[in-house]
Amino acid sequence: MLELLNGFVAELRKAGLPVSLTENLDAIEALEHIPLEERETFKYALGATLIKNQSHWRAFETVFEVYFSLRGPQYRIADDADGDPDELWREMQDQAGQGDGRGGAGGSMDNLTPEEIAHLLMRALLEGDQGLTRALARQAVQRFAGMEPGRPVGGTYYLYRTLRNLDLETMTDKLMELAQQQSPDGLSPLEERLEREEFDTRIEQFKSEIEAEIRRRLVADRGVEAMAKTLRKPLPEDVEFMHASRDEMQSLKKALVPLTRKLAARLTRKRRHGRRGALDFRSTVRHSLSYGGVPAEPKFKYPRPAKPELMVIADISGSVAAFARFTLMLVYAIQGQFSKVRSFVFIDGIDEVTDYFRSTEDISEAIHRVNTEADVVWVDGHSDYGHAFEVFWQRYGRDIGPKTTVLLLGDARNNYHASQSWVVQEISHRARHVYWLNPEPRSYWNTGDSIVGEYAAFTDGVFECRNLRQLEAFVDKLE
Amino acid sequence: MVDPSQNPGPLNEPRFESVETVREALRGVDYLADDGIAGVAFLADRLGKPVLVEGPAGTGKTQLAKSIAEITGSRLIRLQCYEGLDESKALYEWNYKKQLLRIQADRGSESWNEIHEDIFSDEFLLTRPLLEAISAPDPVVLLIDEVDRVEVETEALLLEILSDYQVSIPELGTITARQIPLVFLTSNNTRELSEALKRRCLYLHVDYPSLEREREIVLAKVPGVQENLADQVARIVRSLRQLDLKKAPSVSETLDWTRTLLLLNVDVIDEQVAKETLHILLKFQTDIAKATKELSVED
Repeated sequence: MLELLNGFVAELRKAGLPVSLTENLDAIEALEHIPLEERETFKYALGATLIKNQSHWRAFETVFEVYFSLRGPQYRIADDADGDPDELWREMQDQAGQGDGRGGAGGSMDNLTPEEIAHLLMRALLEGDQGLTRALARQAVQRFAGMEPGRPVGGTYYLYRTLRNLDLETMTDKLMELAQQQSPDGLSPLEERLEREEFDTRIEQFKSEIEAEIRRRLVADRGVEAMAKTLRKPLPEDVEFMHASRDEMQSLKKALVPLTRKLAARLTRKRRHGRRGALDFRSTVRHSLSYGGVPAEPKFKYPRPAKPELMVIADISGSVAAFARFTLMLVYAIQGQFSKVRSFVFIDGIDEVTDYFRSTEDISEAIHRVNTEADVVWVDGHSDYGHAFEVFWQRYGRDIGPKTTVLLLGDARNNYHASQSWVVQEISHRARHVYWLNPEPRSYWNTGDSIVGEYAAFTDGVFECRNLRQLEAFVDKLE
Repeated sequence: MVDPSQNPGPLNEPRFESVETVREALRGVDYLADDGIAGVAFLADRLGKPVLVEGPAGTGKTQLAKSIAEITGSRLIRLQCYEGLDESKALYEWNYKKQLLRIQADRGSESWNEIHEDIFSDEFLLTRPLLEAISAPDPVVLLIDEVDRVEVETEALLLEILSDYQVSIPELGTITARQIPLVFLTSNNTRELSEALKRRCLYLHVDYPSLEREREIVLAKVPGVQENLADQVARIVRSLRQLDLKKAPSVSETLDWTRTLLLLNVDVIDEQVAKETLHILLKFQTDIAKATKELSVED
């Protein structure tokens, strides 16, 4: 058991989860108190001791499923199904709950025709019978996935094959029809919506059952370690902004808010140390005790930190399209933290978008407005940093003061236009800090039409910013 | 005060038999725990470790600590965190006014050493929640609420008490706990807590409950509610949580809504009722507008 746990922890670390030695020891101690048979409790015990960040839970769960999946002969990849069908069936009956012989008493599910399977599935989903759903998922994988021992194909392939045979896309509609027929006086739109959502969740559950089943079989076939390796996915903080999927974007959005708060705190912090404020009477009297009640050592309050001013200038052109969406989310989150923030977006023209973000609570609406209403195209809609900066300087340059921090976001791919880097130089003369965040890998910088180096000379630093981890590192570095 | 040299460390009788008993006991006080919650509470007791409870607002994090206190028959000591919280409000403070008076009263009559011994003694110590929890003779549950509100620097205050259950007072020495209290820290995740703090705690994430659990919570917490109404409530709330809202409805808001519906004598929620009472579930005008639109325009 200890060996298995050690392998498990090693795999967690390989997947990038920070598991410290003390946490490992805690987990081992926890297992002494938890009966191993209770799988769910066991899982939560490991989770509580090893995982300290909700966004890591998913990665943890995957590894857990691989390492501590149910094993046994019934999960073997068997094409001839010569196990004991009766036993299998009995088990399914158990899982189906009361064993009231749904789907034909005594008959094994192996003998059902595909149509009957589909029919059964529909009934199971309609009634929300979880046991039957699970049994059906297992049956479906056995039947449709066509898994062969030792075949070097990923789990997604089997999943695709299984789902193709089940035709789940039209399932919701069919179920809705049935539900409509069953209710005596029809469904109101509200009820209909709720029913539909219920069915969707059930189908999602069914899909994840199938996935779990395929995974279990693959683990049995290939062994734990090989399987864990293929399932490894980047953690949320390592997902690249440029290639983030929709779901990943959602979780990025959530993670951004605390980060911008940190950014705000960092930018104010510098002013907090060193300077003195008004006399702190309470503290002075407290410390006077060391001198027998004589206030020999006056204490002062810290001054209230000055509110930082921030200007964000972001490239939203096609070459950084994926990054741009993230940029806008970042700008939006920043604007919630700083009282004085102005945001600008540009492609080859530049426009101020502060009000778009301020006037609405809804970020998707704000982004939509930025994309449709902001006047950022000057000639042809290809990035022209030089022109954009020049216009920025003419229009807004005088608003930059000694308290202002300027944040530039973009890849500095200028399509071989003039760089006009003197603008950045002027900005850096006036502003407190100028930082540049570049979404490209460092090795691509200054290749092709990227001229980030030319601007970099005049900034306080150019930072590679491809994922949350790097963004966080940037925020941490600010001092 | 306990002398640490005589006491190798506080030992506790386990409070709970098994995970199942925790769950049953919590159910007895109308707190419906899922596997994770009951399991972590059980482990916290067995391992003698604090629990860091994270999750969205209004999912019963604070209530968990209260319920645990109730089922173990312990006193609940609560430390509400806020920005600017310091050790004189969290740990202890010397009652310096009293100390001053003491010095003034005895001026000239006693030797320096006597006074010094005297003014740094228990009598002049004001205990604040953390010290109180440590030095309490009776069983206590310590709740450190919304720990994410304090600054990173202040977090360090908690470390000693969380890992060793002791408080060091320079003038007095180290005070070790007489019994290990159950400690719950809650966080709304507005900022990332430090690694040092997390490492010392068990981690529990309390999310919005599943459909079934929410229905049960409604049934348990709102007396007199019909089963089909509870079911409908849970379904609508789940549906709302799937929308991209500024603030998704919390469990407590679900309960408020159900109570309102009961008062209005609603048996079945139709669109009209839903729209008229949405403001109980959602607290932002934009959210309400969005939800109204979503719930009515459905083909």
